[in-house]
Amino acid sequence: MNQMKDLSLHILDIVQNSIRAKSTLIGIEINEQPNENQLIITITDNGTGMSPEQLQSAIDPFYTSRTTRKVGLGLSLFKQNAEMTGGSFELESEYGKGTKVTAVFGLNHIDRPVMGDLVGTLLILICSSEGTDYVFKHITPTGEFELDTREVRQTLEDVPISHPDVRIFIQEMLRENLEQIKISE
Amino acid sequence: MNKIKSLADLKKLQSEVQSKIKLRENSESPENLVQIKVSMATCGIASGAKDTMNYLIEELDHQGVDAVVTQTGCMGYCYAEPTIELTIPGKAPVVYGFVNKTKALEIIEKHIKLNEMVDGIIPVAYSTIDNK
Repeated sequence: MNQMKDLSLHILDIVQNSIRAKSTLIGIEINEQPNENQLIITITDNGTGMSPEQLQSAIDPFYTSRTTRKVGLGLSLFKQNAEMTGGSFELESEYGKGTKVTAVFGLNHIDRPVMGDLVGTLLILICSSEGTDYVFKHITPTGEFELDTREVRQTLEDVPISHPDVRIFIQEMLRENLEQIKISE
Repeated sequence: MNKIKSLADLKKLQSEVQSKIKLRENSESPENLVQIKVSMATCGIASGAKDTMNYLIEELDHQGVDAVVTQTGCMGYCYAEPTIELTIPGKAPVVYGFVNKTKALEIIEKHIKLNEMVDGIIPVAYSTIDNK
């Protein structure tokens, strides 16, 4: 049985919040700074945002805006994992404008979860969520890779981004580019 | 070193795929396709919904089954994650629980291809906190 033990799973999970908040554009940025021993994950969206009251309760594991269950663990698990590695966590949101989640991890900290299958996470987000665009950026000391799905859609014209051949292409493109900039495990 | 794929390469693929799509366009419309929704909230993700979803997409494509696989939120069956909702055209949707790769393959082989339901269906009568 899997658990929430990869950073890529956290990213997939936090982005689901943005999707539920009706975001049309979601930014995912991973910034590795070995000199400062930091790995910073930032997720921004242009969704509905939260009221100050909601913002205050958002990291409470017993708060959720869902009606199907009574717990909401996503943000609190993310925060806990970041803080466990000597990092920090910040949540900013404005009603009607959007939300920004920033989690700083200790890059070399023994408790830092591994990156995991980042390509698999991005594939699900990019190829299987209609009506949402992503700007993904990964920065390492070796270089940086950015993918804007609005550009991908423009290139594809009327070919759907979920088409199997397109999916395989994007999978390879992500893998090759992330290997090129030598992302951390 | 091999050249890394870029958007320029995607443009080439786009024209190839476009001609393939045109050939098939007349025979199928989306409402006649099998639809699968994978529950992708914290509960699902922590139980392996990501692997289940990628497996379903790849296996259905590999077997040549035309299906639409999308993600959805928590359906309230957190105890049974990963869960999927399967809709065969013209039939009522069915929710399966504990769908790992083995179960997913069984569902493809039996329910989708032969229209025989398999074990693991969450009863419609199950009520979430929403309607209690």
